[in-house]
Amino acid sequence: MRGLISSSSKSKSSKSLLSYSIAIQFPPLHSPSDSSQSSVKNLYSSSCFRNSTSTEPLSRNRNGFFSSGYSRNPAKIADFGGNGCGFWRAQGLVAGARSFSGEPVSRESLNYDVVIVGAGPAGLSAAIRLKQLCREKDVDLSVCVVEKGAEVGAHILSGNVFEPRALNELLPNWKQEEAPIHVPVSSDKFWLLSKTRAFPCPSPFNNRGNYVISLSQLVRWLGLKAEELGVEIYPGFAASEILYDTTDKVIGIATNDMGVAKDGSKKDNFQPGVELKGRVTLFAEGCRGSLSEEVIRKFNLREQGQGQHQTYALGIKEVWEVSADKHQAGSVLHTLGWPLDSRTYGGSFLYHMKDRQVAVGFVVALNYHNPFLNPYEEFQRFKHHPAISPLLEGGTVLEYGARTLNEGGYQSIPYPVFPGGAIIGCSAGFLNVPKIKGSHTAMKSGMLAAESVFRTLHEGSPLEAFWDSLKSSWIWKELHSARNYRPAFEYGFFPGLALSALEHYILKGRSPWTLKHGRPDHEATAEAQLFRPIDYPKPDGVISFDVPTSLYRSNTNHDHDQPAHLRLRDPKIPELVNVPVYAGPESRYCPARVYEYVADESGHLKLQINAQNCLHCKACDIKDPKQNIKWTVPEGGGGPAYTIM
Amino acid sequence: MRTTTSAASRETASMRIMVAIKRVIDYAVKIRVKPDKSGVETSNVKMSMNPFCEIALEEALRIKESGRASEVVAVSVGPAQCVDTLRTGLAMGADRAIHVEFPGTLYPLSIAKILKALVDAEKPGLLLLGKQAIDDDCNQTGQMIAGLLKWPQGTFASKVVLDEENKVATVDREVDGGLETLCLDLPAVITTDLRLNQPRYASLPNIMKAKSKVIKKLTPQDLNIEIRSDLEVVQVTDPPKRKAGVILSSVDELIDKLKNEARVL
Repeated sequence: MRGLISSSSKSKSSKSLLSYSIAIQFPPLHSPSDSSQSSVKNLYSSSCFRNSTSTEPLSRNRNGFFSSGYSRNPAKIADFGGNGCGFWRAQGLVAGARSFSGEPVSRESLNYDVVIVGAGPAGLSAAIRLKQLCREKDVDLSVCVVEKGAEVGAHILSGNVFEPRALNELLPNWKQEEAPIHVPVSSDKFWLLSKTRAFPCPSPFNNRGNYVISLSQLVRWLGLKAEELGVEIYPGFAASEILYDTTDKVIGIATNDMGVAKDGSKKDNFQPGVELKGRVTLFAEGCRGSLSEEVIRKFNLREQGQGQHQTYALGIKEVWEVSADKHQAGSVLHTLGWPLDSRTYGGSFLYHMKDRQVAVGFVVALNYHNPFLNPYEEFQRFKHHPAISPLLEGGTVLEYGARTLNEGGYQSIPYPVFPGGAIIGCSAGFLNVPKIKGSHTAMKSGMLAAESVFRTLHEGSPLEAFWDSLKSSWIWKELHSARNYRPAFEYGFFPGLALSALEHYILKGRSPWTLKHGRPDHEATAEAQLFRPIDYPKPDGVISFDVPTSLYRSNTNHDHDQPAHLRLRDPKIPELVNVPVYAGPESRYCPARVYEYVADESGHLKLQINAQNCLHCKACDIKDPKQNIKWTVPEGGGGPAYTIM
Repeated sequence: MRTTTSAASRETASMRIMVAIKRVIDYAVKIRVKPDKSGVETSNVKMSMNPFCEIALEEALRIKESGRASEVVAVSVGPAQCVDTLRTGLAMGADRAIHVEFPGTLYPLSIAKILKALVDAEKPGLLLLGKQAIDDDCNQTGQMIAGLLKWPQGTFASKVVLDEENKVATVDREVDGGLETLCLDLPAVITTDLRLNQPRYASLPNIMKAKSKVIKKLTPQDLNIEIRSDLEVVQVTDPPKRKAGVILSSVDELIDKLKNEARVL
């Protein structure tokens, strides 16, 4: 096996998307009689530490070869699902061995009372609440928020019909303080689509009192409010490593080294990461946060919480500017049905914001079975529906983006407290699925965490009180009554609708049962041989577009000369499993075309990872059938630049 | 002889470098023309330091770190938000910053006049700028200020070597025909091109320190400059969409089209 790294070198000032690719050549495919399944299992279980008998000099799994964002802490490798890796779990090694490459770790260390990872609704609400409590009690706590996006709000994407319940508690004067919340919901429609028609249905939502907003804009405003209160916010810095002390307590995070070249060497402008140590660390990274997942695995937080695994959906969104006569500010529309089939859960949303802007998006639950499903293409196809396309004709797309969201709800909430901190917001998962709203619960979870953290730091009370405060808050009541809608669809589309109607109109959330989720999303993908490829229509360039055009509108960019942040635990799996069994689904569910299978001269399909395109949506981390793709955080400042999403 | 040399090196060691930086739309952002065609949409758009200005600042910092200068002053002219760009400059390592606040449209000649007033006040030994801004691509400010100051200029620099003894700067310029090497007497104006250096990242501790560094606020009136423009932007439009190509079946058809449709024969 040989690893080839090729890069297209264009000048820095070029505005085109550079795709740097890592092409890995694989040996010829095994013949089917070769019991590939068992050999795959062997590979998988033994790959907890990929041993490099390597003729592959530039393997991404080589330890210490890359900057501290990856594998400095061998505990991370041990967690990759291997069961033969007890060696790495030895306490001393886990805690002490950080510098695998043998280089001395000389990082600057800064101390704070509270370190918050992620400047989103949850993180900023927690920061603001902490500072408010400090003012009330006339004390001070130093609060630091690190954010991987280049600006606060750059990585924030959401529908968004906003319920101001948590904001009213946090900043009751938000209207006077000119929060970017201007458009109240004016109409609420719900359609069931067939290929050619739209059937209006009674709207299950009650959006009176809610607003159509851009969450990115709201988060930017929250960032200003936080800074006014004295919170230190540092955008452009990606927390890539969790710091533990000798008792395995979380004592902070470290940002990743900047200025590392693709091959792992230091560039001219190399800047080592910085350690941010906090007496308490809060993870508010959003859905499937990379560090949050590590903490959940390490401390077994799922089993200790509500018990079920998390389930997810992928949301793809565009903001359009339409002609004034078609625009009705505050108009809210949701659809179900076409173009998805009855076995796939998902639907669309269409919200009219202000200034002739319309947010239109499509959400597909990631437990779909058909590996040929392409959520992006389903979205593009949806826009051509005769009830939808007239609105968009003559308009222009301003921004594009994608992000995964939690659908697990009540049953999937992990125990959010671990030694040294807590997980808040969508990293834990408080989205109310039938309402399709998670911003208000994320903010409230941040506020409750802040209150518990304040008491912990100030009075020494245990941080575990956060869990109790969650359970006695309106988040719990809300999520509890919403718990059966989504799992009902495990029985099928129409049974799901029927059960949901039962829940909503008759039982009103007081059902005596709690339905369980189906298999985890990555296990739900069925084998490609059971399906046929879907023939999606070509984009017309007016209503629907190809991925590169859309991607350009996300303003996403990463420095091309850095190690790929999408790591394969075992580089052989794409060729041995993903392609023959599942027909390479990552080339379809990724909304940024990061994963491409390219045929080489001998016709073998090679996986090419265009990491520079990444939108940080985390779909690959969730949906890869063998959980072989690990999303790690790239250099801070990279990724999309959402402003009105 | 010895005394002169040490006096000269003492003078250069206290040399101040002034770097002019501009806040522009970030290079990775998709540009959109405003519906009224008066300009490009800048609201709700990510802004950052002009990449060539970053290179100029990086060069100034390297010169200071090599001991040939004592202070780097970053200056910017523009609306109130320019302060953010200056803070980034301070975080990279500039010692001081000056913000000349003016919310309206600015053209290169106005900037050059403002810079001249600042140069007269601060008396730097070297003025560094990016070769052009990525929003207007004017490529004029450096040349204009050199003219106003009557200083030598080395534009499109891909290499800068300072000789403090003889108070000259040797500049390799990227020109159409290749590379041209000039020797400039200091004080001089140098505008930077892409291959000069790779700008550093502002580290987190430096960003924290930069918060307490001083940014001096001025207005054009303070400098006795009246902003007057001889230019007026009439219209900004998207470039015309590329039409689909047509596959022709014969040479005769090609000649016919070139003659009658494209009218080039």
